[in-house]
Amino acid sequence: MAGLVYLLAFCGGFVIMSLELLGGRLLAPYFGSDIYVWGSIITVFMLSLSFGYLIGGRLTLRPTSIFRLGLIFSTAAVLLYPLMLISEPTMNWIFEHILDPRYGSLTACVLLFLIPTVILGMISPYCVRLLVDSRANAGAVAGRLYFVSTLGSALGTLVTSFYLVLWFEMNQILLALAAVLLLLGVTALALGRNGTSIDSIELTPTANAEFT
Amino acid sequence: MQMRNGPVLLMVSLVCCLVSTSAIAKVIHKERSLYQTILVNQEHKLLCLKFSVRREQRNQTCIDRRDPKRMVFAYTRMMLATLLFNENPKRILIVGLGGGTLPLALNQMYPDSTIDVVEIDPAVVSVARSHFNFSPTDKVTTHTLDARVFTKRLKLSLTDESRYNLILLDAFNGEYIPEHLLTQEYFQETAALLAPGGIVAANTFAISKLYHHESVTFESVFGPLLNFTSPETGNRVMIAAPGRRLDPMSEQVRQQAQRLAPQLQPYDVDIQSFPEQLSTNRDWDTEAKILTDSYNPANLLRRQKR
Repeated sequence: MAGLVYLLAFCGGFVIMSLELLGGRLLAPYFGSDIYVWGSIITVFMLSLSFGYLIGGRLTLRPTSIFRLGLIFSTAAVLLYPLMLISEPTMNWIFEHILDPRYGSLTACVLLFLIPTVILGMISPYCVRLLVDSRANAGAVAGRLYFVSTLGSALGTLVTSFYLVLWFEMNQILLALAAVLLLLGVTALALGRNGTSIDSIELTPTANAEFT
Repeated sequence: MQMRNGPVLLMVSLVCCLVSTSAIAKVIHKERSLYQTILVNQEHKLLCLKFSVRREQRNQTCIDRRDPKRMVFAYTRMMLATLLFNENPKRILIVGLGGGTLPLALNQMYPDSTIDVVEIDPAVVSVARSHFNFSPTDKVTTHTLDARVFTKRLKLSLTDESRYNLILLDAFNGEYIPEHLLTQEYFQETAALLAPGGIVAANTFAISKLYHHESVTFESVFGPLLNFTSPETGNRVMIAAPGRRLDPMSEQVRQQAQRLAPQLQPYDVDIQSFPEQLSTNRDWDTEAKILTDSYNPANLLRRQKR
């Protein structure tokens, strides 16, 4: 089951960076591909991830389970999907109302990427909680998890920019990312519901008290 | 003998070396902008603008210091083939400034015409002014912003009077293609800026897989195109006029070439040889995928063989 958690973290990392790169593509027709467009994208992704970590961490104070991690993934998938539908009207509106392409691109990033990326940011701390079973191994587990999820991010960046954009349309890639999240989410939900769980993941009231 | 000649030969070869390197290129100006490295080189009697420090990088623009009107590069001359189908372009849009050769020549030929130039890099504008005799006037305006943003912005406030009779797309510097300027959507936005009967040309690439994709993309928006390639230089200019079928062999074009010939002679543009070089032959893969905002790996396609 720990393997599944690592797989989820890996794919979460992959999707985050793939999405970030496609963000540049999505914004270019409206705001160019200037350095400030990338500045907007990176700012919003960093900001979203930071809040995602915070919220994901807070969530682990409640009872945690693979099932709930599956819920996070499914939510991310569901929130990613409308991006394909709303991006054009949203950016048209922004383009007409905000003249400065710096603030235009920043606003577009906030509206399009903030919420799905916050959800994706929740994955890592949640996975850490699912995997840690003692204070002694907490650091080692967190380190391994960051390793896996950042490896996913690196691969997501490489695969997207080298190959995916050559083979597929942007909407197809976005759809595939959402589909992967949904597939993993549903898998986690199914396994979680069957009662298969990591021994450590059901928080005892005392452990909970320790955190709060 | 051997011993005595040795140092002399060495001296001679050293001097030759020095002379030849200084004759090849002397860097007059170098600056790193937000977008590229800009080099101004002096090569013999030519003053050249380059957009990369790489040795094999081709020059962007050159002017002949003794004959500043002469158009040194084939693609600049080729872009003027558009004038065969447009006798007096009142409003001209040029995307990509380079050394300012095209706006300068068109302003001299048509002093009453309004010329808008869009260039993303302010450093290019200042180098064109300081080294290449380019200067904005009340007729020539430079807009320093992304061409896609310029086009979209203009489209919002478009009137019949502000449409262009001639649009020259020259934003690709050989090294890197701004991909959002080579898509069907961008061409559609550009087409909206064209006045009725207006003509559009794009300076692109002849020798990679991109050839097929850019052809079908251009054609999908502007209709049948005239293909002007220069096998020696690898240059390519696509020319089209929405709603018009351009016939390079027509009597009208022949007469226009005759009229333009003396005007274009100072620029070293042999306009009368152009009509027969404008091909209507669609020698590209017409099934190639159209480049869109959603699918556009132009820079990757450029590295694949045709």
